[in-house]
Amino acid sequence: MPAVSTARRIRVVVAKPGLDGHDRGAKIIARALRDAGMEVIYTGLHQTPEQIVETVIQEDADAVGLSILSGAHMTLVPRVVALLAEQGIDDVLVTVGGTIPSDDIPELKRLGVAEVFTPGAPTQAIIDFIKTAVPRSSGRA
Amino acid sequence: MATQQQTPLEGWERAYGQTPERDVPFTTLGGEPVRPLYTAADLPAGIGGPDDPIGLPGQFPFTRGVYPSMYRGRLWTMRQFAGFGTAEETNERFRYLLEHGQTGLSTAFDMPSLMGHDSDSPRSLGEVGREGVAIDTLDDMQALFAGIDLGDVSVSMTINAPAAVMLAYYVVAAEAQGVPADRLAGTIQADILKEYIAQKEWCFPIDEAMRLLGDMVQWCSEHMPRWHPVSISGYHIREAGATAAQELAFTLKDGLTYVQQAVDRGLDVDDFAPRMSFFFNAQIDFFEEIAKYRAARRIWARELRDTFGAKDPRSWLMRTHAQTAGVSLTAQQPLNNIVRTAIEALAGVLGGTQSLHTNSYDEALALPTEDAVRIALRTQQIIAHETGVTNTIDPLGGSYFVEALTDRLEAQAYDYFRRIDELGGMVQAVKQNFPQREIADASYELQGEIDAGRRIVVGVNAHTEGDDETAVLHRVDPALERKQIDRVQAVRARRDAAAAERALSALQAAAAREHTNLMPPLLDAARAHVSEGEITQALQRVFGSYTEAPVF
Repeated sequence: MPAVSTARRIRVVVAKPGLDGHDRGAKIIARALRDAGMEVIYTGLHQTPEQIVETVIQEDADAVGLSILSGAHMTLVPRVVALLAEQGIDDVLVTVGGTIPSDDIPELKRLGVAEVFTPGAPTQAIIDFIKTAVPRSSGRA
Repeated sequence: MATQQQTPLEGWERAYGQTPERDVPFTTLGGEPVRPLYTAADLPAGIGGPDDPIGLPGQFPFTRGVYPSMYRGRLWTMRQFAGFGTAEETNERFRYLLEHGQTGLSTAFDMPSLMGHDSDSPRSLGEVGREGVAIDTLDDMQALFAGIDLGDVSVSMTINAPAAVMLAYYVVAAEAQGVPADRLAGTIQADILKEYIAQKEWCFPIDEAMRLLGDMVQWCSEHMPRWHPVSISGYHIREAGATAAQELAFTLKDGLTYVQQAVDRGLDVDDFAPRMSFFFNAQIDFFEEIAKYRAARRIWARELRDTFGAKDPRSWLMRTHAQTAGVSLTAQQPLNNIVRTAIEALAGVLGGTQSLHTNSYDEALALPTEDAVRIALRTQQIIAHETGVTNTIDPLGGSYFVEALTDRLEAQAYDYFRRIDELGGMVQAVKQNFPQREIADASYELQGEIDAGRRIVVGVNAHTEGDDETAVLHRVDPALERKQIDRVQAVRARRDAAAAERALSALQAAAAREHTNLMPPLLDAARAHVSEGEITQALQRVFGSYTEAPVF
């Protein structure tokens, strides 16, 4: 029985918050997740936290990956997380990628970020992480 | 007696064929196959003839360098790029650099300034003064250069979409020092096409952005004879994941597009082409990079002389700045980045660059610390003074492999030129996402090779060591954001509000008229202390803004 055809594919929003235009990583990840069978919505550049949360809601996403290489992660990530909480969203997996110093990672995780991927992280590790963590957070496969 | 009839080359081929090769892809970083051996047969035709493709340094087609003496006459300029916090912090750094013998200043702007947002815009939250200096008004520009004689120093400003606005602030700041525009020396990047292709810091739609650039180039050609109004930049194209061939092709095509635009506006090519300059990446594939610089010089010289009919030999010269590849730096085992940067810097030098910025080893993680910046500068000094590579000009000229790579990159660039022309030229190609898609495909392919372990990155997918980060990181004081917001609000409160309003209305009216140069109303707006964000918004009311349809 082809269970796969009826199973909902994992829906991931790949987002670029803030003003930084470094989108090489975000685009590679978006494509790799798509090639791994997920539904990927890439927001494009220069998104406000409000726009990103709106996209997560509209797309009924299971996960959102925030890509930041501007150093503004300690301002932008907490706002996205707080806005998600304000909207009563507690089942969307939040991951962060980019130039994130290791000292900042514990605080991001304390805020609710599931994982932080720094430069050099293999795309397969990111795919595996999302595949493993999404069913746990949203009950979907 | 077969061995007696065998040529030495056949002998080598036979011997080589008997040795099994390592099971790795023998390709350049750009994915191009590399043969086991290059010989005299790989040299281009016509060496020593009237159209010698290699030639001599300082002679057409400048493959071996733009100047006859190159580094025996003068070393490249070691120009490290700096900027952070408010104008005062960066001014202190600038004065320190000048006191220590640096003659040129290179300004990095923060993200809000690069995008035309004031520091107190909600869009600027968390980004003010973080990746460069925050400049909102004329007052900030004056503070940035306080105590520095602008008639006496060469200033580089790395800003693109709002370049005309920043240039207006700069010209008015100099005016206030009593230095007229025709004495100002320096460079503003202003390469807007590569923003849509790669760096993605834009304010307006493409056609309107091209108009603003054209206005600025034209104004500079009439008023600023010592100023370089555009620095055509492959650096960011490469950082976005392009191959060497793509960096070469898209950058030169951007440059040729700017030349065409200025010619179409009625300028004489020899009136502006000598002041166009370039900015290329120096990546880790050593020979491919060297070949890229050599091919770039040859193509630019030929196109300017033969296609645009430039008569002044200075119009033919592709003078370039180079920077080592930020994208090659790894967060893992960050000290390894010192080695990567040294090799890349050496490629830039052997490629014949006129100036060079070396990245700091901690930049995969944050803005660099002072210690890391010092090692980066020392790397250039070691290359210049210890290695002996500056003793002779273009030491790799005539290398079978380097000349073959140079020819191949040149042919690949012309192939891209043809494909771009078929799409209607570079502006059309960018609107159709052509270079963007080519770059995204190339970067995805390279990442696939790294992920699969076919391409080794030391410390990342081989020779790894668990928990890596040991660098002490530079931290930007979050209080600086508040300080800068207070500054721009204080300027708005104390300026002549009616004058600011009048300047903005005049600017907006000029923008709505075709064939009206926007530099004069921008200079008036700068004098009236109108902020960058206010200017950008006034122009956007006429021009609209830009939203990318991303391809991935």
